[in-house]
Amino acid sequence: MQLLMALLTGLIFGLGLIISGMTDPSKVIGFLDLAGKWDPSLAFVMGGAILVGLFAFRFAATRKQAILGGPIRLTTMRHIDRRLVLGALAFGAGWGLAGYCPGPALASLATGGSKPLIFTIAMLAGMAIFEIRERITRLAAKKAA
Amino acid sequence: MIDLEHFTPWSSLAGGLLIGVATAMFLLFNGRIAGISGIVGGLLRPIAGDIGWRIAFVAGLAGAPLVYGLAAGLPLVHVDADIATLVVAGLLVGLGTRYGSGCTSGHGVCGLSQLSPRSVAATAAFMLAGFVTVFIVRHLIV
Repeated sequence: MQLLMALLTGLIFGLGLIISGMTDPSKVIGFLDLAGKWDPSLAFVMGGAILVGLFAFRFAATRKQAILGGPIRLTTMRHIDRRLVLGALAFGAGWGLAGYCPGPALASLATGGSKPLIFTIAMLAGMAIFEIRERITRLAAKKAA
Repeated sequence: MIDLEHFTPWSSLAGGLLIGVATAMFLLFNGRIAGISGIVGGLLRPIAGDIGWRIAFVAGLAGAPLVYGLAAGLPLVHVDADIATLVVAGLLVGLGTRYGSGCTSGHGVCGLSQLSPRSVAATAAFMLAGFVTVFIVRHLIV
């Protein structure tokens, strides 16, 4: 049941991305291009999603468990550090270069030809480099201890 | 100057609401955050019992254009970036979202919905970098 719900939510999320225009990189870049002809559409995407999100997260805080069982896993991290800011800056630069962020890239794979595929492979490689570096750091820390 | 020719307030709002509904369903039914980079990143650090839901979500996401295509013609998209740019951009997005613990969905939607200061900072940082990058590429280099 949990898997079916995950599949369904992924599907609805993807349909939302397509309908909103997020899967069109030229539209994303049109939003990021403040100095050119500016297309504010993406502010409406975020606004709409957050509007529903505000209620959902407030409601979730009153519940002890998820409807399908198990805990509701919220991030408890609150600190703002270098890693967070530098990571977000790098992400933003990549987003501005191609016009893809992770969700729209995945939602374009099946129909978008080679460009979203190339982007996605590079994105997965970036994520894999992160995992490898994290593993090396953990091993070094273990050795030092 | 606003680009009225490409401005789509209603369909973008509708799509945004749909993204919000998916986020709410995933949170309330599965107890999980619909942050795409976190869901995909977790597949590269496989932990037993923590893989199935990630694959199911990504399958739904990746299948969305096929389902949409059954009901209506897919909207036309335009990718300006060349291959080399796509590779650099993809690496930056992959590394950046993992070091920064999230992307437009995790920080921009889920984090801002919780008014998390960490997500506000991350969202401000990636938006700023996006604005600056597009300004450099579109107005300084060309």
